[in-house]
Amino acid sequence: MASPRPNSAATVALPAPRRARLGSRGTGGLGKGLLGIYLSALVLLPIAALVAKADTGGLSTFWREVSKPESVAAIKLTLIVSAIVVAINAVFGTIVAWVLVRDEFPGKKIVGALIDLPFALPTIVAGVVLLALYGKNSPIGVDVAFTRAAVGLALLFVTLPFVVRSVQPVLLELDTSMEEAAASLGAGPRTVLWRIVLPTLTPAIVSGVALSFARAIGEFGSLVLITGNLPFKTEAGSVYIFSQIQNENLPAAAAVSVFLLACALIVLAALNLLVRWRSRHVL
Amino acid sequence: MSSSGGSEAVALPARQSRRATRRGSAGTGAKAGLAPSRAGRLGLRFVALGYLALLLGAPLVMIFYRTFEHGLSPVWNSITAPNAMHAFWLSLEIVAIAVPLNTVFGIAAAIWLERGRMRGRGLLGLLIDLPFAISPVVVGLALVLVYGRTGWFGDWLAEHGISVIFSVPGMVLATAVVSLPFVVRETMPVLRELGTDAEQAAETLGASPWQTFWRVTLPGIRWGVVYGVVLTTARALGEFGAVSIVSGRIEGQTQTLPLYVQDRFENFDTTGAYTAAVVLALLALGTLLAMNLLTRRAHRRRSH
Repeated sequence: MASPRPNSAATVALPAPRRARLGSRGTGGLGKGLLGIYLSALVLLPIAALVAKADTGGLSTFWREVSKPESVAAIKLTLIVSAIVVAINAVFGTIVAWVLVRDEFPGKKIVGALIDLPFALPTIVAGVVLLALYGKNSPIGVDVAFTRAAVGLALLFVTLPFVVRSVQPVLLELDTSMEEAAASLGAGPRTVLWRIVLPTLTPAIVSGVALSFARAIGEFGSLVLITGNLPFKTEAGSVYIFSQIQNENLPAAAAVSVFLLACALIVLAALNLLVRWRSRHVL
Repeated sequence: MSSSGGSEAVALPARQSRRATRRGSAGTGAKAGLAPSRAGRLGLRFVALGYLALLLGAPLVMIFYRTFEHGLSPVWNSITAPNAMHAFWLSLEIVAIAVPLNTVFGIAAAIWLERGRMRGRGLLGLLIDLPFAISPVVVGLALVLVYGRTGWFGDWLAEHGISVIFSVPGMVLATAVVSLPFVVRETMPVLRELGTDAEQAAETLGASPWQTFWRVTLPGIRWGVVYGVVLTTARALGEFGAVSIVSGRIEGQTQTLPLYVQDRFENFDTTGAYTAAVVLALLALGTLLAMNLLTRRAHRRRSH
């Protein structure tokens, strides 16, 4: 976050800068109070209530809820499939970003705009859309409905834009002279790719991966219709939480929620640290 | 600038990409640089486009085909079904409340985060970003735990005859939570770029903080705000998980359009489900178009 610029108004030699700037005093105490209330009502209190609920019976109850066979199965499925999906989209997302920046073909603008579709499309519609092609009565004979592959497919769809959108701007900025220099010194395309392009893109790929993973862990809407939500088979973590809420088993829902939320935050923080560490020690 | 780099991600990468594309090159066309053999280039293009076609293109085409497969009249009947109309209007109603709330909050929070000087801004920013990291289901659950019958405020709300969960106020609340970060995150970089010179000039000329805001700051950041509003609206219109939990899903009462899609699908009314899905997909495509136009405008202004 950029720090506010030094107050250059002082040089105009007015009586001590009035600091009536917006945000410093301009919005006033009332405005800040309202902001605080809004944020508390929407985010702070609900999260506090969630953590409190997960902690009602202490750590042992929390652990008991998380380690029930059905919740273990759901959490495992979510984490494993998310990891696989994120790895696939790291590879394909980077290729797509590369093609969108370095290649030229008719219709490129439309393709580029459509990348964001999974962000704009309601998640439940994503599920229906995928089922229209890969469900029962599939015109191409591929029916993944109610299988674990369906979980993966839905997650691939919703997390597609993250890596593309974080790699693309870096690739645009990447100075091609280095690649040209390497090539003129006799490096083959493969060497240039592995020694110059990919190392530069790694932080962007990693941050895209982190966001994809957090999103995949929490994804719900696109899974509801396509996976059938069979316990121990295709029931993902978020769907398990949903069914526990429907059964009025709020402590169990809260415990698994907090566990998955912690997983997401840990992954986000770890990958952030990794990128920071790497930029300090390697570059 | 390739159009692709221009249209931005709806989530966190947006900040990064928007700033980068601003700094980045203008003009259309591919960038040169590492030039693999022609075969390699074609191969990569084939892989990229093939992947996108399988994951995005083909399913999207298919749903339009499936919807209109039996002609227009079943589609028309599905659109005009009373529950469908009700769901559509309820969705719009929720959007009409949640989006303005988040817009006002977003502008104020962005100014506060960007121009304020108090401590704890980092924490505040984290709190605002949190809805991006949390599953919608968890958002719904957390709201139930505060505003539900057995929640923290449950007794107080019941005493005063206010129902939040399983009624429209709860759905507005859930929608507002999941779409909270967009305006803040889209306005902040624009605010930073705008700088404080003009504001300070206005101030030294005797403008009150409000005048400065309305005449200087807001005109300067309006396109960032509009971009954020587009994203907020798209997300609000399509929210499923959080709303599903707090709505109770009462047909014809607390059913938004996305909930209606699920309801129709599970009742084997595929035409109804596909039709509602296509309506939402068209709105999503409209969102993409708006995002593109807004980004292009930002680039045009920059190049002048």
